Amino acid sequence: MVTYTDEIRKTAKKLLEDKTVDVFIGYKKGTVPMMNEPVLVSDADKADTLYWDSFCGLNLCNYLTKRTDRIGILATGCNSRNIVTHIIENQIKRDQLYIVGIPCTGMIDHRAVLRAVKEREILEVTENGDSFTVKGNDFNETFDKKEYLQANCKTCTHRNPVEYDEVIGTPFEEQEVSEAYRDVEKIKGMASDKKWDFFTQMISNCIRCYACRNACPLCYCPTCFVDESGPQWVGKSIDPTDTMTFHILRAYHCAGRCTDCGACERACPVGIPVRQFTRKLNKDVFDLFKWEAGLSLDERPPLDVYRPDDYNDFIR
Amino acid sequence: MTLKLFAKEQWLTTLEGLKESYKIFVPVRDGDFHTFMPLDEGKKPDFDYPNTRLSPKSLIYPQSERIFEYSLDESAPDAHILKETEKDYSPRAIVGIRPCDAHAFKIVELNFDSPEYKDPWWVQRYESTVLIGLGCNDPVSTCFCTSVGGGPFDEDGLDVILYDLGESYLAKGLTDKGEDFLAKAKGRTKADDASIKRAEELAKSASDKISVNVPVDRLKDKVINELFAASFWEEVAFSCINCGTCTYLCPTCWCFDIQDEVIGKEGDRIKNWDSCMFPLFTLHGSGHNPRDNKFQRVRQRFMHKLKYYVDKYDNGVQCSGCGRCVRYCPVNIDIREVCKLMNSYRSD
Ligand code: SF4
Ligand code: SF4
Ligand code: SF4
Ligand code: SF4
Repeated sequence: MVTYTDEIRKTAKKLLEDKTVDVFIGYKKGTVPMMNEPVLVSDADKADTLYWDSFCGLNLCNYLTKRTDRIGILATGCNSRNIVTHIIENQIKRDQLYIVGIPCTGMIDHRAVLRAVKEREILEVTENGDSFTVKGNDFNETFDKKEYLQANCKTCTHRNPVEYDEVIGTPFEEQEVSEAYRDVEKIKGMASDKKWDFFTQMISNCIRCYACRNACPLCYCPTCFVDESGPQWVGKSIDPTDTMTFHILRAYHCAGRCTDCGACERACPVGIPVRQFTRKLNKDVFDLFKWEAGLSLDERPPLDVYRPDDYNDFIR
Repeated sequence: MTLKLFAKEQWLTTLEGLKESYKIFVPVRDGDFHTFMPLDEGKKPDFDYPNTRLSPKSLIYPQSERIFEYSLDESAPDAHILKETEKDYSPRAIVGIRPCDAHAFKIVELNFDSPEYKDPWWVQRYESTVLIGLGCNDPVSTCFCTSVGGGPFDEDGLDVILYDLGESYLAKGLTDKGEDFLAKAKGRTKADDASIKRAEELAKSASDKISVNVPVDRLKDKVINELFAASFWEEVAFSCINCGTCTYLCPTCWCFDIQDEVIGKEGDRIKNWDSCMFPLFTLHGSGHNPRDNKFQRVRQRFMHKLKYYVDKYDNGVQCSGCGRCVRYCPVNIDIREVCKLMNSYRSD
């Protein structure tokens, strides 16, 4: 990880110095453990604030929307796929970007780490290749990174960036994942009323803060349907009907676009596994159209193309 | 000022006994974090907790509260007349509330219960609630209560404070409401000198454990317009995704929105939490939005907490140092850092 940090700094410095880009978007080390802050560097001398470790979970693609300058940006596998999606949805132009790809070994699930140390106060986390060490006032424990990856990283088959101008490190072989959609299958197997109970229970703690939506690079609408006030489609209280409406509709808006980057789930202050909604749609889009979002700049997403050989009668 | 001892093994029985006089709220573990729940909801209280994920402000100021009801049925004699929704203001006790969260109620009281304006619902619920605080033997790394006029055993805003002595709680009555609570509590014994001494030591060592110092001393002297126009706002705001996490988790954020909801011919007027981080918060009917840019919204949150409040009430900052926003902001925008920037800002 240290090597990535050094390489990132060097690369950003060079890009800013030779004016390939006006700004560079990456992360800086956070002020609390297991947290890094997205940062915009416009001065080559400040490139040394850039930092990289397995807690860079917020998707940087968010910060590209409608920018007009030339931007250098770090991109892991999923982030690069969101950038591709952004480009084909006209939120940014390819030639404005200098994409610095990062073959990603996965992000660590900070909640799982907290559980592993029995919610004791963590003061420092240091990584060492495949393991990481967690320190607190009266403990010091080392864990295997593989066991503590975010759920989306465990099943990720696109760890290498798909679109880039330069890669840091060496791309590696993608992992084989069996039964990637076991969670979705499990819910699918439930009776309708059980499904409803499952999702109702799942979102029961939701405070409608919209961190999940705002952390998602797909959610760039200038006015989200939940914020529309004339007419107002969705109520503003925490009535479960309104909350469920928000979640289900948002998920549908992500169909065929979601890269399962996990930013939404990571951002939620009360730990709601919101990917349970989007993953079902990801699976459907894959089963129906053999489509995974953001893999190519040359293909339109299935939900915005017409194909004479569509499997549905009504559209033919 | 009464000092009493309660054996921990008897504590739940004591609280059960108080249910006749109060509706009791206690910290309960719910999944990955703690939250205040009524004692009778079958879940075991857990007083060995750092703090609740969401602040207890919702117990006084619910996220959504029905304030009026009305009928749109033209044939009804009271059509279109707002009637206050009936509410329960019977006595309640929040047991185990942390000092920062009690201090937070004092901070927002200046807004909800001022000589000119009173929020009748907030005021009545606050008045009918007794706050039984639990001092913090082990403040966590994001706590900075000591920088903003509080402390891990600060008594401001509390009716009783509890010292966790290991086997027992030492309870100190601080107000008439608190004394009343203690008088009703069964199983109390007189506090011995050794326990009192032990409590004092605990409080001292807890304060010493907070090493963070967030400077707020010069905020008052800054010129509003200069801070407003400061050069750092765009940079501070860059990573913000404008969610409601910081404001909704915060015990001192008080903004709300009023909405009408109608089903058939029956309507409710509802008071909902709102957040200055949302663009909709300031959207005018005309379509104009005076805080259209992200940095303006971020600036508003910090200027309100660390400057406007300071100037308006001369009562310190609008922050009790609970650290929730520091810990749970998804992009790590840290109020402690922003406060340092503001406190040391020079326009030249
Ligand atoms: S819905 Fe969640 S997982 Fe999918 S792209 Fe958006 S933030 Fe990433
Ligand atoms: S981030 Fe979590 S609490 Fe906030 S709206 Fe999304 S699911 Fe609800
Ligand atoms: S400061 Fe953090 S918690 Fe607050 S709105 Fe911005 S991203 Fe959300
Ligand atoms: S601003 Fe942050 S630290 Fe201060 S009271 Fe609110 S949540 Fe707590």
